[in-house]
Amino acid sequence: MIKLEHIHRDFQVGDQTVHALDDINLEITQGEYLSVMGPSGSGKSTLLNLIGMLDHATSGSYSLADQNITEMDEQQEAQIRNKYIGFVFQAFHLIPRLSAAENIELPLVLAGIAPSVRQPKVEQALQAMNLVDRAHHKPDQLSGGQRQRVAIARATITEPSVLLADEPTGNLDQKSGEDVIDTLESLNKKGITLIIVTHDHHLGKRSARAIKMLDGRIESDQANG
Amino acid sequence: MITSDILGYSWLSLKGYKSRTLLMLLAMSISVASVLLLTALGEGARRYVNGEFASLGTNLVIVLPGRSETAGMGLNTMMGVTPRDLTLEDARALQRHSAITRIAPLNVGAAEASWQSRKREVTIMGSTQELLTLRHWKLASGSFLPDTEWDRATPVCVIGKKIRDEIFGAHSALGQWIRLGQNRYRVIGVMASEGRSIGIDVQELVIIPVASAQALFNTPSLFRILIESKSREAMQKVIEFTENTIKQRHHGELDVTVITQDAVLKTFDNILSALTYGVGGIAAISLAVAGILIMNVMLVAVSQRTAEIGLLKALGASRQKILVLILTEAMQLSLLGVFFGFILGLGGSWGIRSALPELQAYPPLWAILASFGVAMLTGLLFSLLPATKASKLDPVRALQGH
Ligand SMILES: Nc1ncnc2c1ncn2[C@@H]1O[C@H](COP(=O)(O)OP(=O)(O)O)[C@@H](O)[C@H]1O
Ligand SMILES: [Mg+2]
Repeated sequence: MIKLEHIHRDFQVGDQTVHALDDINLEITQGEYLSVMGPSGSGKSTLLNLIGMLDHATSGSYSLADQNITEMDEQQEAQIRNKYIGFVFQAFHLIPRLSAAENIELPLVLAGIAPSVRQPKVEQALQAMNLVDRAHHKPDQLSGGQRQRVAIARATITEPSVLLADEPTGNLDQKSGEDVIDTLESLNKKGITLIIVTHDHHLGKRSARAIKMLDGRIESDQANG
Repeated sequence: MITSDILGYSWLSLKGYKSRTLLMLLAMSISVASVLLLTALGEGARRYVNGEFASLGTNLVIVLPGRSETAGMGLNTMMGVTPRDLTLEDARALQRHSAITRIAPLNVGAAEASWQSRKREVTIMGSTQELLTLRHWKLASGSFLPDTEWDRATPVCVIGKKIRDEIFGAHSALGQWIRLGQNRYRVIGVMASEGRSIGIDVQELVIIPVASAQALFNTPSLFRILIESKSREAMQKVIEFTENTIKQRHHGELDVTVITQDAVLKTFDNILSALTYGVGGIAAISLAVAGILIMNVMLVAVSQRTAEIGLLKALGASRQKILVLILTEAMQLSLLGVFFGFILGLGGSWGIRSALPELQAYPPLWAILASFGVAMLTGLLFSLLPATKASKLDPVRALQGH
């Protein structure tokens, strides 16, 4: 499903080169549940962005669903991203002037799907995320947990095969955080590949597979259980 | 993305940033309105002058006493400075040409008109029966000057509507005798025509036979001879014939000026058109300045929305889609600006027309089309840079708000 080979990602800061990712080799199969842990600055977000094609490797090769991403142009990438990848961010990134339902609908809108097809999907997503009575609320009228659930609904509305969550509970209290993790895990049980970046060791233990990063390298990669 | 979604999305962005949208709308609509208003004024002036001359009648050749070097333009030709008299005999000599359909000798002066106890100063025009047709005037009642020999001083007159109202009021004017200077004239007709020609208001005119006027003003000289040519093509022949005939009659000296309204009209028309294009052009520059404002505001808008653009990319929007979205937003804004500009500009020119009815201040079609075109084009051009900038944003950094 996901295959990273000898991935390097260097950043040029002044006249210094930062090796954010340093020879990463990683294979993830469809339906896996992965947690990525590691100290701040160890390259977790960079790895996730690369898998989500928001960022590009300096060298190495990356293939997703048997397609070589390294050789794609920007337009193709955007399409693949829309179809295969769902993002959940720590900061939610909801568009403030759009309602919950409209935020959820956005990936379908961008994909050029007709309103009549979108409608039932949004309806269903609202139901699944327990947000039906919040459908027409703007983000600033929602709690943190509700916002993140809107973001999850948005990330999954196109039925992607991979869900990338970068510290999804970072801005949430304990209770809403657990709700969000429960939601993500239930999506994984239905077959989605779930990759969560987290600081929370307790959370790290819940995943089937845990990766620890340090200084742009994978320090350990082990199955929990 | 489907078109209605693109439009809907940019519309929501415009609504989401109200003060920025209003600022841009203001700049855009004021520039568009100023294009329309200024060209409407120029066009109005052109029409006014056109109308003034058109009321002289078409295919008209005018003979004025005195020679002007730049035929048709000199002030003294318009004022009628007189070196040698233009006489009724001169006019009669012109009657023989086949291309000339009508001739009206003209005599103008002022006198006091009185009836019973009412008095007022009036402009008196002496002419012949053919003047009515030649000038395309209409009668409200009665008849025009009789078709008699030109040198018969019949004591009749035709009066303008305003004169009729002021002197006769509720009484019937037809058949009444009014006094002009020392003589008495029977009113045989009332003019229906309104409007002005050569600066004289037809409604305030009293028309009498040319011979009567010569007697009244005690001078044989004419103010003008109006000649109607058979056709536009025959005008040149008529002018040549007229000049030759008068020259012959005035001992080989061409001491009159022969003008066509076309020549005068053309000069004025050219000047006023140039003026209209000029002010239109200047106003269009203000539109381009508005474009620069649009660019700045759009640049700010893009940086305000960096995270949103990053998000759109994360959700699968390509560069091209971002470009289209931002450009659509700018186009909607321009369109809205043009819309309000049209309301302002058309409303403003309506206001001018209400205040100055003589000035038909309608913005010309080319100005409407051009202001639309320039507004849309500046909107597009000046948002190209911000849109390109947005589309090229690195999504990772954009999501972090950089
Ligand atoms: N755009 C960038 N420019 C320069 N350095 C960057 C950039 N993004 C990340 N880095 C650097 O790469 C390293 C890994 O960053 P990141 O992946 O964000 O770490 P994490 O998410 O694990 O905290 C850090 O040292 C960070 O400073
Ligand atoms: Mg991070």
